Amino acid sequence: MTAQFDINQVYQQFPALQQNCNGQPLVYLDSAATAQKPLAVIETIQQYYSGHNANVHRGSHSLTASATAKFEQARQTVQQFIHAQHSCEIIWTRGATEALNLIAQTYARQTLQPGDEILVSELEHHANIVPWQIVAEQTGANVVKIPMLPDCTLDMDAFHQLLTNKTKIVAIAHITNVTGTRNPIEAITTAAHHYNAVVVVDGAQGIVHETVDVQTLDADFYVFSGHKLYAPAGIGVLYGKKALLEVMPPWHGGGKMVEKVSFSGTTFSALPGKFEAGTPNVAGSLALATAIEWLESLDRHGAEQHIAQLRQKAIEGISEIDDLRIIGLQEHASLFSFVVDGVHHQDIATLLDQQGIALRAGHHCAHPMLDALGLTGTLRVSLALYNTEQDVERFIAALHKACSLL
Amino acid sequence: MTDATLPQHPFGTEITANDIVEQMQAANGWEDRYRTVIQLGKKLPALPETFKHEELKVSGCESQVWLAHDKQDGQFHFMADSDSRIVRGLITLVLAAYEGKNAEEIRAFDIDTYFEQLGLIAHLSPSRGNGLKAIVEQIKTLAN
Repeated sequence: MTAQFDINQVYQQFPALQQNCNGQPLVYLDSAATAQKPLAVIETIQQYYSGHNANVHRGSHSLTASATAKFEQARQTVQQFIHAQHSCEIIWTRGATEALNLIAQTYARQTLQPGDEILVSELEHHANIVPWQIVAEQTGANVVKIPMLPDCTLDMDAFHQLLTNKTKIVAIAHITNVTGTRNPIEAITTAAHHYNAVVVVDGAQGIVHETVDVQTLDADFYVFSGHKLYAPAGIGVLYGKKALLEVMPPWHGGGKMVEKVSFSGTTFSALPGKFEAGTPNVAGSLALATAIEWLESLDRHGAEQHIAQLRQKAIEGISEIDDLRIIGLQEHASLFSFVVDGVHHQDIATLLDQQGIALRAGHHCAHPMLDALGLTGTLRVSLALYNTEQDVERFIAALHKACSLL
Repeated sequence: MTDATLPQHPFGTEITANDIVEQMQAANGWEDRYRTVIQLGKKLPALPETFKHEELKVSGCESQVWLAHDKQDGQFHFMADSDSRIVRGLITLVLAAYEGKNAEEIRAFDIDTYFEQLGLIAHLSPSRGNGLKAIVEQIKTLAN
């Protein structure tokens, strides 16, 4: 039984939040870009390099054996966290971006034929667009856009119409990064599988705010980064169904991903080693496992309720500002984007920064979506479980001040 | 350059770099400084649409910035515009520093010290998205 969510207790665990920015206490509202790290995660990294550092899966001394055991335990922690069937379905990557590129350059590059189609939603950030464009160029396949509706949700009618026997891959965010739209992944996988297309789910945002069960979602691939999930940058996860991963060719060549190397031919390791060439980011894997354990030790439902209350308060507090428009407001999102008509988003961000408020202004690496909305940028408030009511009050007051100065 | 004439602005003539340094040093705190910058931006006439084309766009800015210039008898006349109010204000500070100068004077002008005096040196950092650094670099390139 986990204790009820206690914001004061959680807030204290984030040293990066206890600092001043431009002479005022930092209000960090950019967690969808990257989250701050709890002490437990920071300590894991420190402890690893202070006492456990060794290369994994090679040599035969005690330190490497212990590091290898922890490394594989971390893989199991991730497996359980996303409810994967096998731990060998968890491949360590540098992040979601690398995982998407891995799928594009192995599964997609091997499978796609000229004229085949990759359906990519208009709501995606660039990491889930560009790898598909690259592999389309290499194979003669086509990237086809699934449009969004004016309310920033996916046009499911269009999706169903676009699905054909030519569709081989559907690439879709679990939760999007500009508006926090939760895509109907379950309906998408069901429909796509009817045409034998595989579904690649970008979980960069979704993993943070939902309990993910890859088997219920029936995702063929699910990827995410550690750094948005309170873990360090440089570690991420590619989940793939075992049957798919097994037949995929390797991507990067090097040590650890081979069984036998000779100049007459090389045989490759079994999963997951086949996709993990070279010395991995062991500290990152361990720290990601710590972040997951830390998160699961909390009342996650309570945490999401806390975030929802803060978001509601923020929206109510800024709603009467002249010419302010919230873009594609989603009911259960942890973030929202807004613009103030006639005022450049960068100007508002600059004046918020002067008041110690950190948020994201710009295109959020989602040019196609912003083009569809006819915008060059938005301001995005993204909340995490460590944000406080005071953060939101400070943001509301600071935004009023910024708008009055402009 | 295009055939249209650049609009006149008061910076570097009616409002000199020294005037601006004085005004900014009298400003009290960040709010007052930004208010001053934004007010100065309001005195900058809009750049006619004919000048707002790709060639005159300054790259490296979060907002759109255009920089046009004219050269008469060795003297540079600059005009710039942006869709950001703060950047428009920051542009006036740059115009006040460089307007009417010749190439040698432009090269000799110590822009870092000037922005230090204005209390805005952080805005010249290349990691800032306002593009001020890019505008200054472009002016210096023209003077080379």
